[in-house]
Amino acid sequence: MEWETVIGLEVHVQLSTQSKLFSGSATRFGAEPNTQANIFDLALPGTLPVLNKDAVKMAVRFGLAIDAEIGRRSVFDRKNYFYPDLPKGYQVSQLDFPTVGKGELTFTMDDGTEKTVGITRAHMEEDAGKSLHEDFQGMTGIDLNRAGTPLLEIVSEPDLRSAKEAVAYLKKLHSIIRYLDISDAIMAQGSMRCDANVSIRPKGETEFGTRTEIKNINSFRFVERAINYEVQRQQDVIEDGGRIVQETRLYDADRDETRSMRSKEVANDYRYFPEPDLLPIVIDEDFIEAIRADLPELPDEKKQRFMAEFKLGEYDAGVLVSSRELAEYFEAVVKISGDAKLASNWVTGELQALLNKNNWEVSESPVQAERLGTLIARIKDETISGKIAKTVFEAMLDSEAGVDEIIEEKGLKQVTDTGAIESLVDDVIDNNPEQVQQFKEGKEQVLGYLVGQAMKLSQGKANPGQVNQLLREKMK
Amino acid sequence: MIEKTVAELSAALAAGDISSQELTQAYLDRIAQFNDELNAYITVCADSALAQAKAADAARADGNSSALLGIPMAHKDIFCTDGVLTTCASKILNNFVAPYNATVVERFNAAGAVMLGKTNMDEFAMGSSNETSHYGPVKNPWDTERVPGGSSGGSAAAVAADLCAMATGTDTGGSIRQPASFCGITGFKPTYGRISRWGMIAFASSLDQAGPLCKSAEDAALMMNAMAGLDEKDSTSIDMEVPDFTATLGDSLQGLRIGVPRQHFAEGLSADVEEAIQASLKEYEKLGATLVDIDLPNNHLSVSAYYVVAPAEASANLSRFDGVRYGYRCENPVDLEDMYKRSRSEGFGDEVKRRIMVGTYALSAGFYDAYYRKAQKIRRLIKNDFNNAFKEVDVIAGPTSPHTAFKLGAKSDPVAMYLEDIYTIAVNLAGLPGMSIPTGIVNGLPVGMHLVGQDFAEAKLLNVAHQFQLATDWHRRKAPLTSKEA
Amino acid sequence: MALSKAEVEQIAHLARLQLSDADIDDVTNRVSDILKLIDQMQSVDTDDVEPLAHPHDAVQRLRADEVTETNNRDALQELAPESQDGLYLVPKVIE
Repeated sequence: MEWETVIGLEVHVQLSTQSKLFSGSATRFGAEPNTQANIFDLALPGTLPVLNKDAVKMAVRFGLAIDAEIGRRSVFDRKNYFYPDLPKGYQVSQLDFPTVGKGELTFTMDDGTEKTVGITRAHMEEDAGKSLHEDFQGMTGIDLNRAGTPLLEIVSEPDLRSAKEAVAYLKKLHSIIRYLDISDAIMAQGSMRCDANVSIRPKGETEFGTRTEIKNINSFRFVERAINYEVQRQQDVIEDGGRIVQETRLYDADRDETRSMRSKEVANDYRYFPEPDLLPIVIDEDFIEAIRADLPELPDEKKQRFMAEFKLGEYDAGVLVSSRELAEYFEAVVKISGDAKLASNWVTGELQALLNKNNWEVSESPVQAERLGTLIARIKDETISGKIAKTVFEAMLDSEAGVDEIIEEKGLKQVTDTGAIESLVDDVIDNNPEQVQQFKEGKEQVLGYLVGQAMKLSQGKANPGQVNQLLREKMK
Repeated sequence: MIEKTVAELSAALAAGDISSQELTQAYLDRIAQFNDELNAYITVCADSALAQAKAADAARADGNSSALLGIPMAHKDIFCTDGVLTTCASKILNNFVAPYNATVVERFNAAGAVMLGKTNMDEFAMGSSNETSHYGPVKNPWDTERVPGGSSGGSAAAVAADLCAMATGTDTGGSIRQPASFCGITGFKPTYGRISRWGMIAFASSLDQAGPLCKSAEDAALMMNAMAGLDEKDSTSIDMEVPDFTATLGDSLQGLRIGVPRQHFAEGLSADVEEAIQASLKEYEKLGATLVDIDLPNNHLSVSAYYVVAPAEASANLSRFDGVRYGYRCENPVDLEDMYKRSRSEGFGDEVKRRIMVGTYALSAGFYDAYYRKAQKIRRLIKNDFNNAFKEVDVIAGPTSPHTAFKLGAKSDPVAMYLEDIYTIAVNLAGLPGMSIPTGIVNGLPVGMHLVGQDFAEAKLLNVAHQFQLATDWHRRKAPLTSKEA
Repeated sequence: MALSKAEVEQIAHLARLQLSDADIDDVTNRVSDILKLIDQMQSVDTDDVEPLAHPHDAVQRLRADEVTETNNRDALQELAPESQDGLYLVPKVIE
């Protein structure tokens, strides 16, 4: 039987506020355990929440970026459950009246096809602390630094139809969040986390199958793997005559499999009710418009601009805007070099290859935009050839020196002095009488060989145009 | 001296008739003499009280003359006090030394008041008789076989027996007004949001409100001046100008319209209490007020709605007591579930557990609409009833409680106990200010009159009570404990 | 409304309370009595009534995003039943 996969994603991003959602504790990543947990975060009796304005602004900022309805009156609710990393015994979240309502997100697949996915809602809530299970004489250690960090939970409609689509959606979401600068959104650090609701159904069927929720997926790669594993597992179960059980499953990256979290099987009844320690958040037109006015250029708009302003192809423009940092890097290179086409080639070519190879972020590149821009400028003013430029690029990986300094130091400057080139050409003519004879007899293609010989003699530094011209003249 | 009102003590301190240290020592002596019998205090802070008194005397010598400077007081043990045991009368907090001060405590400290100690109460303020305390019941100073009312029973008994000059309390369904009534003192519950809840251990967040327990409406006004006002740390604290509550105490009641709800004089009200209340209403007529019969048609639903809203909120508010970060943890838990269940079951008393159960049930899947949402709708109806009534009247008056203080152990049935608060609960659901003032003595026990005002009209309410107290002396009557000592 | 013993056990579990067999009948009866009291609410039609969550129609104040708290871990952990290396300790959590 042919199966169709149905996926909806619940993505949690930690909003990059300085302080927590409801307290003045710091949210810095990696602090010593419990040094960023104050009396409210520890749920000491008598403590009360006060809402962080920037968290609300960031949620609205996201809502506007995905064209969502903004909840003019949003309400926090208590979600009740006991867990040691949840100090109050309830998580403050938003159930019926989220700050961000229905919106949508369009992304492009690798094959160039576009897809639009509905976003059901995005609500604010508190993060929980962390449990550390190793090495406390059989006890679990609780660190509440993370407890109360603001989260935005972005829930998609079950519109995704493959693991690849899920990853493409997630990458686009990540890109927008980074453009908006509302979260670090680093999956490995947990500032962006993804749960996937996965089900399958016979192709053509309109009813949804029973879904499972996969938790603990902490990289883009694992999203694809976890979903693919789960889809295969569900197919196997059904094809063997079994039934899918609605449950939460944990993705184990080491074994590349999902497994049932039986400990959480006990029917949860979260007993949501409006959080009485907080009042409704009322968002007016002025608040929204001030945020709208402050929105940055988003990837889709930037892509259109790059295509129009820099005459770039859609594919290249798409690659360049895929992250805010890369787009900004590219624009800086264009500004310095004055050549968008070359800048695009270098950024999508050499630079991307370098980043991919080393698994670096743009910000980690040893070749900064300023140096790459200068390098391209030196190609344009014929100080060096494109080929030599690659040598300079390589050299920049081990050196902090400026482009001109490296060219100078390594003697890579293109030789344009006619005298020097003439002597090179003379040497080549003297050393290759046979080929010279062939050329004179009309065998044009030999010229390429002779130019190559001259370039070789110059160690690539001679201007190939000049060499070509001089050879022709001398062999007349 | 210790039997005097705060206003009188303040004048005596200002005149140099007595020092705060002398006064504080006098109250400490009185506590030493009577607390074993009354059980009004859970914690007495003799040393720090004397140090505060010394500081107050020094401040006065430096020219500070604020009204509460050097006045010895008590805080209900529901308010967090930095460095002082704060138990909420529960075993689950029997080792909890709060690391911070409640805003209410901060404000009294800033006003120069002296904290004698922390008063006994119903566990987590859940009760109307002070019998649910882990530290044992408080006895009514008028008759030690009787309850002082609850949940602020320790504060009420302490004020009535002159174990302090004034005390704080909290009122979720009547917990200031009913014990004030039973103990023959003045108890004031301000409008919801008027006083910060920061540092006040939550029972039902949308109903809880702190307030004064004291010997006169004038004292309540002095306390309100210190307690009331916006606190950024409490999102439900209201940003509204705070008047000088003493400024309008002297206003005439000529033309005042007092609403008398038919529903508060119906079945269940004991005849002698009714008689005392009617007599007081006549007194008001003498002062120039007009009585207007009014209807609060949904009042009879207030107890049911309250016993959904309050337990539901409490069930979540009390989840933090889990034995992880502070408070009681059971011995040798075998696993996490065992730790949770035994710590909580051993740490909470029966009434607290019952209410957690009721609240958990009311919020559980499938019942939310029928219980919690329904109760919130009834809350709206009750608020509407008051809004309608206040179109015709300035204040509402009636009995605080259906009868006078009952005997310890007399109400073992929880539902019977809940119905004790039939006249006071609606006020919390609507968020209105309310108070109880002494208005008679029946069979040797005080009767309280319940006065209800409009939102944020506390000054009016205090004025109405004060004028009554100028004309009568019920608030001057002392519990026999006093005469026994004399 | 009267509760069954199973319902009471389920609620107790949700609330992380332990009821001994001796307690359970008493709790079931008492809680059932309270629910009977509560059920008086059902006598009134509230279909067109807007729920009231707070006594006043106030709106949430927003706080500036500033770190106002400093580390006070050592003092706060003195309140804890069990802690080690800056962590609160609980019986092992099995995932």
